[in-house]
This record gives sequence, C-alpha cells and structure tokens, in this order.
Amino acid sequence: MAAPTAGARVAPLTWRVARLIERRTETATAQTLVLEVPGWPGHLAGQHVDVRLTAEDGYQAARSYSLAGPADGDRIELTVQRVPDGEVSPYLIDTYAEGDPVEVRGPVGGWFVWRPTETAPVLLVGGGSGVVPLMAMVRARRAAGSRAPFRLLYSVRTPADVFYADELRRRVRDDFGLDVAYVYTREAPEGWRGEPHRIGLADVNTHGWPPDLRPLCYVCGPTGFVETVADLLVGLGHETRRVRTERFGPTG
Amino acid sequence: MGIVSPGFQGRPRSAEPALPPGQYLTEDFPVLSAGPTPKVPLDTWEFVITSETGAEYRWTWDEMMALPQETVTVDIHCVTRWSKRDTDWRGVSLDTLLDGVDTAAHYALAHSYGGYTTNLPLADLRGARAWVAHTYDGGPLPAEHGGPARLLVPHLYFWKSAKWVRGIRLGTTDQPGFWETAGYHDYGDPWREQRYQGD
Repeated sequence: MAAPTAGARVAPLTWRVARLIERRTETATAQTLVLEVPGWPGHLAGQHVDVRLTAEDGYQAARSYSLAGPADGDRIELTVQRVPDGEVSPYLIDTYAEGDPVEVRGPVGGWFVWRPTETAPVLLVGGGSGVVPLMAMVRARRAAGSRAPFRLLYSVRTPADVFYADELRRRVRDDFGLDVAYVYTREAPEGWRGEPHRIGLADVNTHGWPPDLRPLCYVCGPTGFVETVADLLVGLGHETRRVRTERFGPTG
Repeated sequence: MGIVSPGFQGRPRSAEPALPPGQYLTEDFPVLSAGPTPKVPLDTWEFVITSETGAEYRWTWDEMMALPQETVTVDIHCVTRWSKRDTDWRGVSLDTLLDGVDTAAHYALAHSYGGYTTNLPLADLRGARAWVAHTYDGGPLPAEHGGPARLLVPHLYFWKSAKWVRGIRLGTTDQPGFWETAGYHDYGDPWREQRYQGD
C-alpha cells in the first residue's frame, strides 16, 4: 500500500454553501442531486464530500457522500440513497428544494481515486449504492477521452435497483472499451442467464481482468460485499496494493 | 452556527451523555479499510518496536499473550462519523510494551501487515491510553476489524487504532501516515473535531 500522494499535504478544507439546482430520480429510493458550489476547487473521480445540515436551533448533522461525476466547474453531483430511519438522506430526498442551501466541504479521500493519466486496465466492482464513485470514474474516463480499458461489474438486488441504467446502456454502446456486467441477487431480468445469486468467484473471474495485465481494481459496497470481492481478487492473484476498497455502511 | 437548511429538523435532541461533535451512535461495528483484509497466521505474527536508534524490541504471539493482559471498555469514534459506546477489548497496554524501551523520541509511526501506517505522538501511547488488542467482545478479534491484533487508542479517531498492527517506529520527527498524507488530521482528537488537516 503506497501513500496516496507522496508526502504532499493538502490545503485545509473549508465549508462552502451549496445550492440545489437539479434533481434526478435514479430508483424508487435514490436520487441524484446537482449542486452549485461557488469556488469549488475540483476533485478526482472516487472522492467524496461531507454534507452538513443546520436546523433553526443550530443543531447540525453531517454525512459523507461520494461524488457521482467528475468536476464540472462549480457543479457537483451526489447520488443519495435513502437510509430508512436516516437523519440526513430523507431530508435530502424529500424536503431539500431547489435553491435551498446546504454546506459541503471537500473533496476528501486521495486513495480510492482514478486519474485519467492512468493507462492500466481498470476493474470496477460495485455493490448497490457502491456504484456511485465507480460511475464517477466511468464518466471521468469519457470526459477525458481516456482509452484505458474499463470493466464494471455491478451487483444489484433487482433490475429496478440499477442506478444510471439508461446512461450505462448508452455508454456501453458509445464509449469504446467499456464493458458492463450485472449480478442480480434477488430478481433477474428476463433473458438473463443464470439464477439470482450473490457475487462469487465465477463472476469476478469471468468479468474481471487476468492478474497478468496488472489492472487497477476498485471495489465499493457494503462491508460483506467488499470483503468477499477483495478476497476473491487477491485469491485470483491480483496484487493487494492494486485492489482499492471503499466500504459503505448505513450512514443515515 | 452554519447556514440553516430550511425544513431540516434532525433527530430529537438526546439527553444521553454527549458524543464528540458531529458524531452519531451506531449499534453496528462498521468497517473502513483502504484495501483487502490481510490474513496473518499467528505462528509467524510478530510485534516490533523500533527505537530512533534502530534498536528493535520483538514479541511473538506467544510472548505477547504471556504479558499482563488488560480488559478495556471504551467508546470509539470513527472519522466517518459513527461512534459506538462501551466496546469491550482485551489486550496488552503500550505502557507494558514500552516499559523496557530506551527512547527519547516524541513521535510514533504505527505500521501494519498490508502496509498501512498512522502517526501519533508517543505520549498518546502512554498513560493507560493505548493497547495492542487481540480480543473483541469476548472472542478473537475478526480479521476485518484488524485481527489478529490491532492498536487501540480510543481517545483519538479510530483510524489511529491501526488494524493488523505489526509494529511501531519511534522517531524524533513527526512523519505522516497513510490517511494523514491524504489530508486527514495529524492528531485526530474527536472532541476537537480534528478530522482534516487544518481543523
């Protein structure tokens, strides 16, 4: 495991006021929020931000959310999955209105990132909402005109739970060198070969890259999912320092 | 006070003992690691303290288990904002391990199987505030939580409690570790909310 950025110190992070300018429905329980953040310093695909809410009485709550796309001037995109009994996500999905302020600071995280200067093959393995930072990498690849071969292996419960479904279909058609494969754990679409199952060795072996190609592997999802996939990749012979992980717990 | 987000109320304010600012309670034990979980066999496991002069103090697993063991019940606080109350651990105090170590160093860099590192002032490893913990909740510490043994420094954010700990290098200068190099705070006091550099 190398240091994320060799010896460099980063500038202090300040809270900035962000306003909602657009909202898109991804699934019945997830939405993408497009925020305008004046003075946003830019970020790398895979990084996240802290979002802070303040109530009238001064009470504050903050949570971390992955950035869903590459930097676009002062605009950033987050995809928020509703956490049952959560404190922040239900507000962002149900109450937060266009023009309303929240505070954000970031970008945070310098290890689970993909840089467009990388040319190695990339394997992205996402479970559920863990696909969000991986989608940022898919989009960053497109935005930079990168030719790095990308494979995305995306595990979801049912077809209705797929984030960015239309865009992924389009990108597989238009973005040369991008493959997308799905694993369905509860209910598969008609015509899908095989039964619903949890991700396993055959999926990772079939849809991943041979270790000889020294791909960069990014794995994001719930803890059990990440443990399983990272262990499989190491077992298949991938170098541990080329397997980068990010675990999503319920964070409200 | 920050900018008010209209309509945000938050959870009912609790009468429980306060958590550090910006933290919320969880009953789970979430996992945060940067890479795959190392699997470390006990028969080759070792713990090494290296002084600033290069002197090495080594313990095998059996030697570590033969040292005085302590039971610790503490709250833990992760920089990703979850806190967990009354976690039960068993392990060896760093006071015990540092007892025979000849050093004038001020800084420590913990290093782990798998390559993880994190820096702390040496003073924070002393005074019954830090342990090499091998038992969690009455059983062997699971690998995904840092087993066979992890550092336990509960008064700092939990990334300072290095999982899969292999040793500690003592030094006269402060050398940032893995997350510290990526922009996280050098000290990481949850009560002062020192999450990132500059906090």
